[in-house]
Parts: sequence; C-alpha cells; structure tokens
Amino acid sequence: METVRKFIQLVFTLLSNGYLLFPWTKNIYQGPLKALCSPGLNCYSCPASTTYCPIGAIQQLLLGIRFSLETGNYYFGSYVFGTLGIIASFTGRLTCGWLCPFGFLQEILYKIPSGKKFTTPQPLRYIKYFMLIFFVILFPLLLTDQWGMGKPWFCKFVCPAGTIEAGIPMILLQPDLRATLGYLFYNKLFWMFCFLIWSIFTSRPFCKTTCPLGAFYGMFNRMSLLQLHLNKQHCTDCGVCLQVCPMDIQFNKNVNNAECILCMRCMTEACKFDAISLQCAGLPLSLPPKKIKVQKTEPC
Amino acid sequence: MTKKKIKIASRFIPLVFFLLLFMAGISTNEPQRVMEQAWNICLDCIGIG
Repeated sequence: METVRKFIQLVFTLLSNGYLLFPWTKNIYQGPLKALCSPGLNCYSCPASTTYCPIGAIQQLLLGIRFSLETGNYYFGSYVFGTLGIIASFTGRLTCGWLCPFGFLQEILYKIPSGKKFTTPQPLRYIKYFMLIFFVILFPLLLTDQWGMGKPWFCKFVCPAGTIEAGIPMILLQPDLRATLGYLFYNKLFWMFCFLIWSIFTSRPFCKTTCPLGAFYGMFNRMSLLQLHLNKQHCTDCGVCLQVCPMDIQFNKNVNNAECILCMRCMTEACKFDAISLQCAGLPLSLPPKKIKVQKTEPC
Repeated sequence: MTKKKIKIASRFIPLVFFLLLFMAGISTNEPQRVMEQAWNICLDCIGIG
C-alpha cells in the first residue's frame, strides 16, 4: 500500500507540474488547465505548474475584492472555496497524504538518515489555523494600501513551496529578476531552508505546523465521506499505530483527528488485529493484506 | 431511520453546501478570473520584487 501511495504522490506531482516546455518559453504555463484546482500545495507561479494553487487563488481574490466589486464583479472566492470544500467533504485530509507535492517532498527528505528523529510539540500545530484565518483570509482582505489593495500575506512572507517551485526557478530562467532580489526573497529563502532541514529530522513539519490547506482539509476529517473506522472490540491499545504514523497520532485515541492525512499506514502496516478499516459513507472498503513494519521515534 | 444512518446522511450536508458554492462561483465567472490570475507570474507571491 505504501508503494502505491508513493506512486500516486509521484504521478500527481508530475501532473501538477507537467508543463515541460518552460526551459524554452522561459515563462509559466498559460493554458486552460489553469482554471483547475491543484488539490495540494503547488505554486501556480511555478514554470511547470499546470493548475492553480487554491491558497494563492483565495488570497488573490480577497486582496482585490474591493476592485472587483467596484467593477461589478462578485469574486468572493466561492469557486475556489467550493472546490476545496467538495474535496474536503469527500476525503478530508487524504489529499495531504496522497496528492500534495510539497508533502511528498517532505516525506522524501525524512528518509535521509539523520540519527534521531523527533516529534513536533503539540502547541506548534495550532499555527496552521492562525495562518489560514489571518495570513490567507483576514490580512489580505482587511490590510489594504491607499488603493484598496491587500497583499497575499501567506505567499509573500511564508510559503516555502512558492520559493522552491517558483521563486528559485524564475530567477534561474529570467536573469533580469535577480536585480530585484531583496529582504522579501531572503526571508522566504530562510523559511524554505528551515522547513527543508526540519523535514530531515521530523516527519512533515510544514504539514503539521504551518500549512493552511491542511488546516482547512483537517476540519472536515470527522465529517468527510471517506474515513478510517476503529473497531473497539479488536483494539488492544498496543500503540503500534502511533509508531508508524507520519503525523504522530495514536489512532485509537484520536479517531479521525484533524491531523490524520489518511495515509493508512496504521491500517496496512501496523495493526495486527483488524481494528482499523476504511469506510466510505459508512460502507466498508476492502484493501490488500497487511505488511507489518515498525519504526520508532523519540520525543524532543 | 437509525442514529447511524442520520449521522452518515449528515455528512452529505457540507458536500451539498460546497457544491452550491462552487456553482455560484461558476455563475459569476470566477473560474475565468482565477485562470487569468494564474496565467501571470505573481512576483510578490514568490518573494521577488
């Protein structure tokens, strides 16, 4: 199952970044697919990107909402929020575990041998909700300049995916842009290196602490159609599910927790007692046989 | 209807809500706006400029 998941992650990363003509055009893809939502975090200013990033699109729509209304257009982000809501209502945070290119990159980095592996302190996990509410929605909407335009706060000051997928490639493709580099770019470069290095020692640190998209999807984990189900009669509270979980969740104590990315490792690799199963709208879905594999982590 | 069935049926409420929101977005031609935004390199967004 883990091999299948890795394959799907790779395919989605390639599909989301499938415009391979950019080294010749020196520009980003400008075709009709850009009206489609990338389910994971994937910067649309990336030269290879074929779809739009929902977090970037929400900020752009909200920061220009006054201008839109003045020109008689009602762009409130309903198309983008609607798309995200449909994905989340179906699958909860499954997208993070299966389709997100930046999540995939963090998983690859975590495989680098580094001696000790660490868990993430619980309070840091609330930062992503702050990012979603303030940096993605309220700040772009409310903090405006003299022309009534806001800023894309999350993209501008935080997003490491934007730096690695778009910032650095665009500087390499368009040398003229190098003259404009300043504090803003170095700040983003700093955050990008922080998250990349952190990913070597901790599983998915950006997803756990900062990702506003994960925060949004996670809120639907308890009400999505696709869910993991715990059979309490079979559960022995052995805690093996915690040892394989990339998000550090003990499934039987936090069933469909907002942090769960539905990677299903607890079900396919850890639980020997058939206590965890996958359900869609209450109906059980069958999966391949288990392969037991346990990896230990130590707390900070 | 049992309690479990009600619980499962209630999971379709957010789906219907977001489907309506999605359709409202399409009716206001928001996909075109989103696509136009995504066609341009947002230098601010990627930390340049």
